[in-house]
Amino acid sequence: MSTDNDHEHDVSPWDEPFDRRSALIKAGGVGAILALGGLAGASRATAGPVQNAGDVTAFFGQFGGIAEQEGIRKFVFKGFRGNVDPVFAPISAPNLFVDRVRAEAKAGKGNIDVLVGLHGDFVTFQNEGLIRGVDDVAKQVKSLPAPLVKIGKLGTKTQFYVPHSQATYVMVANKDVLKYMPKGADINALTYGQVFAWAKAIRRGTGQNRFGLPASDTGLLHRFLQGFLIPSFTGGFVTGFRSKEAVAAWTYMRQLWEYTHPQSLTYAFMQDPLLSEEVLLGWDHVARLKTALDQRPDDLVAFPVPKGPKARSYMPVIVGLAIPKNAPNPAGGKALIRHMLTIGAQAQILSLTGFFPAAGGRLSKSISPGLLAEAAAVRKQQKAPDAVQALLPIGIGAEGGNFSKIYRDTFTRIVRNGENIQAVLKEQGDLLQEIFTKTGAPCWAPDPPSGKAPCRVK
Amino acid sequence: MTTIAQETAPLKRRKRRWEGLPYWLILPTVVYLGVFFVWPMIQGFGLALRDENGWGLTAFQTMVDDAAFGEAMSFTFLLILVIVPIQFVLAFGMALLLNARLRGGGIFLYIFLLPLAISDLAAGIAWSAIFTERGYLNTILEGVGAVDVPFIFLDPTSKTQLVMVVAVAEIWRSTTFMMVILFAGLQAIPRDYVEAAEVFGAGFFQRVRHVIFPMLKPSIQVALLLRLIFAFEVFAVVIALTGSGATVLAAEAYKWQATNENEHVAAAYSVVILGLSLAAAALVLVLLRTPRERRLR
Repeated sequence: MSTDNDHEHDVSPWDEPFDRRSALIKAGGVGAILALGGLAGASRATAGPVQNAGDVTAFFGQFGGIAEQEGIRKFVFKGFRGNVDPVFAPISAPNLFVDRVRAEAKAGKGNIDVLVGLHGDFVTFQNEGLIRGVDDVAKQVKSLPAPLVKIGKLGTKTQFYVPHSQATYVMVANKDVLKYMPKGADINALTYGQVFAWAKAIRRGTGQNRFGLPASDTGLLHRFLQGFLIPSFTGGFVTGFRSKEAVAAWTYMRQLWEYTHPQSLTYAFMQDPLLSEEVLLGWDHVARLKTALDQRPDDLVAFPVPKGPKARSYMPVIVGLAIPKNAPNPAGGKALIRHMLTIGAQAQILSLTGFFPAAGGRLSKSISPGLLAEAAAVRKQQKAPDAVQALLPIGIGAEGGNFSKIYRDTFTRIVRNGENIQAVLKEQGDLLQEIFTKTGAPCWAPDPPSGKAPCRVK
Repeated sequence: MTTIAQETAPLKRRKRRWEGLPYWLILPTVVYLGVFFVWPMIQGFGLALRDENGWGLTAFQTMVDDAAFGEAMSFTFLLILVIVPIQFVLAFGMALLLNARLRGGGIFLYIFLLPLAISDLAAGIAWSAIFTERGYLNTILEGVGAVDVPFIFLDPTSKTQLVMVVAVAEIWRSTTFMMVILFAGLQAIPRDYVEAAEVFGAGFFQRVRHVIFPMLKPSIQVALLLRLIFAFEVFAVVIALTGSGATVLAAEAYKWQATNENEHVAAAYSVVILGLSLAAAALVLVLLRTPRERRLR
């Protein structure tokens, strides 16, 4: 267990002087536990609108998959008094979410009433003054856990978004390869070394590389590097980028790649190769594993991510609801937010997307066994004593794309092209430093805080 | 006299009225091209030659320094070198087959035209379902006992395999496009010439070489020109089949815009693609030039 986490458990996050980043870590954990504790199946109307809310346009930066879109259109707005026009940013170009909101603000004419986006999106919107306060809505919905509500204030006194749902990344294995797991290893407390030994044993046993990562351009490999591998070895995102520990992490990655399915470079959603059994052991976002776990709950097992020398680092994902400043129908937008936080709507989101609700309640029996297994893995991961949350970058704004590119380029150069690790880390570290020098963004968890000064790559 | 003068006056007026007409008729096209092609192109150049700090070549510098640039360039050229010659031979053969007017030959036209009706991304995804490790091809190969273990066709460690796989998909998808142009050219060749050659005892290959080929040159020129321009824009099939295993110029332009959010470098890539397309077009125009007196008509 890291010292940061010890500290978290000693002090109640509610009583501390407010710090956005540390609160986010703490609340993420607490909130997730509360939320995963359950969800009532029966729809229980919360402070629903009485009169018609009119035409409401909801813009989704998440849930852009075709099946997700269709399900949301069909089921989530059921019972809402008003006409909802849901618009989705394409999965392949998530930046369009922020771009469109910016463009509408520039054009001086807004068409969107409700924004469904990630915590990081709202940080950008708030920085640029594009969203309005939604304090009244957050107060009306009683079932939201306080720490999560606090995150939605983005370090201010105003509630800028209402937390809606959350997700993370886990590992999944086909039960056929459990026999290749290293002796004495606990599947719920694996180390990176054991995962490597496992991948190697799978190749020896099956004759093929059956460990897989989503490394295509639309896959989330960069999140594996940023939020899982590197912080687990170095204890941070940025500060230790060029450290000895980082060299060890990349050496590890290079060795693991030897036993990774070569088609990993074409995988975007690991559920597909897991279903076709091209991959028997993999890692991905819960929403991108959901179909596989739903369809074959008896053949697949979900479990927490491994632990490195420094920590068991994982990346939480928080989805929230907000209203743009220039929304044409803000009252309707608020009504829709209230509707989307009802247990019924949240249950639909869970079964459609694999994102777990932020609001409390009991887990329904009607939720598929696959999702229950996924929920259990997420819970174990969050409760693991050595777990550390690595948050998405905060305060680097439009440089978010470049930030991820640096990790992916480092991967390509070291792992695929076999370049010298120290040399690559030096060059890419310089590029990383440029982002922070340019934006002035301070370090965020799990990197040690840098106060108001820009984060520094050591 | 007076009657003649009276008759010519309206004729003159009519003539004057019609003189400007061609210009009016092409005006919509000019406006359309101006608004949707010329203006965006100027904007594209503007974007490529600028960065946050003002005018300069930093976008080009970033592009060239990026690890993916060389790879994208070489993979694009490699694809063109492999695909275009094979496609040309196939398209020429297909066009000759259609032009031979065999009984039931019409059915070939419909079969050949099928891939043209499918979007390139859909084609890429279909081919990826064929080539993936647990895909159709391996299932068939295993079924007939040709392989014991599924063969990994989409193996990014082997550039040759990736080029082959993409080439197969691209050839399937866009050979018909060349064939249509060549077929139209073949139909414009008067039968008399071919028949005359036949009377003088020319065999099939002699007819193709000495009669059909020279007369088809303008069509070949157009077909190669368009095919090369499209080849520099190849994108969806490569992405669908190779993921991040290989990259091409158009894919990098897209990535810099959509993923890295840097429209300057994306525009720099577009300028490079434009430059290469122009160079390829000029090359084809010069190499396959048909002197005016040798043209049909």
